Amino acid sequence: MLIITCPFCGPRDEAEFACGGEAHIARPLAENKISDAHFADYLFMRDNPKGLFLERWRHSAGCRRWFNVARDTVSHEIIEIYPMGSLPKKASPKAAYKASWRRDTAAEKAAVRSPNKAGGSK
Amino acid sequence: MAQNQPDRGQRGLPGGTPRYSAFALAKKAMNYHQDWQRAWRDPAPKAEYDAVIIGGGGHGLATAYYLAAVHGMTNIAVIEKGWIGGGNTGRNTTIIRSNYLWDESAAIYEHSMKLWEGMSQDLNFNVMFSQRGVLTIAHSEHELREMSRRVHAIRLNGIDSEILGPAEIKKFVPTINIDQSIRYPVMGGFLQRRGGTARHDAVAWGYARAADDLGVDIIQKCEVTGLRRQGRKIVGVETSQGFIKTKKVGCVVAGHSSVVAAMAGIRLPIASRPLQALVSEPIKPILDTVIMSNAVHMYISQSDKGEMVLGAGVDKYNSYAQRGSFPVPEHMLAAAVELFPVLSRLRMLRHWGGIVDTCPDASPIISKTDIEGLYFDCGWGTGGFKATPGSGHVFADLIANDRPNKIAAPYTLDRFRTGLLIDEHGAAGVAH
Repeated sequence: MLIITCPFCGPRDEAEFACGGEAHIARPLAENKISDAHFADYLFMRDNPKGLFLERWRHSAGCRRWFNVARDTVSHEIIEIYPMGSLPKKASPKAAYKASWRRDTAAEKAAVRSPNKAGGSK
Repeated sequence: MAQNQPDRGQRGLPGGTPRYSAFALAKKAMNYHQDWQRAWRDPAPKAEYDAVIIGGGGHGLATAYYLAAVHGMTNIAVIEKGWIGGGNTGRNTTIIRSNYLWDESAAIYEHSMKLWEGMSQDLNFNVMFSQRGVLTIAHSEHELREMSRRVHAIRLNGIDSEILGPAEIKKFVPTINIDQSIRYPVMGGFLQRRGGTARHDAVAWGYARAADDLGVDIIQKCEVTGLRRQGRKIVGVETSQGFIKTKKVGCVVAGHSSVVAAMAGIRLPIASRPLQALVSEPIKPILDTVIMSNAVHMYISQSDKGEMVLGAGVDKYNSYAQRGSFPVPEHMLAAAVELFPVLSRLRMLRHWGGIVDTCPDASPIISKTDIEGLYFDCGWGTGGFKATPGSGHVFADLIANDRPNKIAAPYTLDRFRTGLLIDEHGAAGVAH
């Protein structure tokens, strides 16, 4: 059972939340002519690490707003909660972001960059 | 879909001499059951094998058995990081059925069903396969209508399936509540009489013993730490018991598929999620079939020991922890008690979770990869147990011949590039 601290409402029971899966998947721009295989990286292929995982959650039975969570998939410990469109600040989630295979995909390179130029998806 | 009987690998009489009998049981009792023989050997890994199967669950052991029995590949090993059948094979709710909507699914699950029907004889091991029927309940007019559409499609594929009304359901399952005033009333259902359950541990043990008889090395407590490649070719497996040389590696590791795939730099569309199940204290027989409900999301049967066996859907987040959150079993039990008020005062005996490999289209991946000699059989998600023999059978064929057969072909990893998905998510109609 997780207690998730919604950045807007505070700590709440997991039952109030919906999990949106892997975070920081940027959609390739429509005008970019990337191959089907590269588009599949965006559409279907998922990071599924044993350990630290960056994911999106929504406070669906509360304020209904999205946010990012860095969570360990073995201990279920929540390491960091940070806003959509931004990158994690703590060292281990930061490293996990950089180490993801997704950073090197053509799909990510063909995606819209967020205004902060950090590479995070909105 | 007229299917031929699958090649079960029977070459003469069932393997081995009978090892368990009432006489042996009585004799060993004199010695407090201390001198039972091993069911399979406990070998150290050899330096080289013709093929290595990673994962000693039902699917991996079935793959090894059919590789040896059907394809004559006996110089092979199954390596397992824990113990045989200690993962999802021993954690599922043992439901077996083949009433799937899409042709591709019908083909593989019916292939599997045919193998189930002969399994105890083939393996010379009683897997307690019991065709007690699987009844899926509809709780609304719409669901019932959709269900009859599905039943007709399933029957066109030559698979037994029939619609029952509430009165017929009550006759078939006297303990069920068909009161139309409850929140999700029983409005009908569809039944596969050939469906049922089997003893999950026996399936692992039966395949392990039969594979071992044919010379397959089953190596437990041996964890894969890396896949060694030369260019785009597999040359061996790094394990906690040292390097094992091989040209063919079959990965059948369920929830850990993404972890093993990452060792080879392969991406999978899989999310590993906890799937929970529980059993009640044992009671006298009250339920002689399997009941599933998609709308309230619960499935229930009674084990031969008398425990009520219940399962539901996956937890909402990725996990490798083999445990889940309380709201899932709570929801499942609420549904169970509404359908079976007789259960309301039962106590729970055990509760556990397993990590299942869910795919975006809720269909498995049985596929070659872009690395020569590396094969994956994964993505079975919440419904892999019923497919154990069929999955092993077609995966063995894929490994032996380096090409998928007709049944396995649609399950290629490439479907996520081409878009030719086998979308069982909505079509299966039940958690599977």
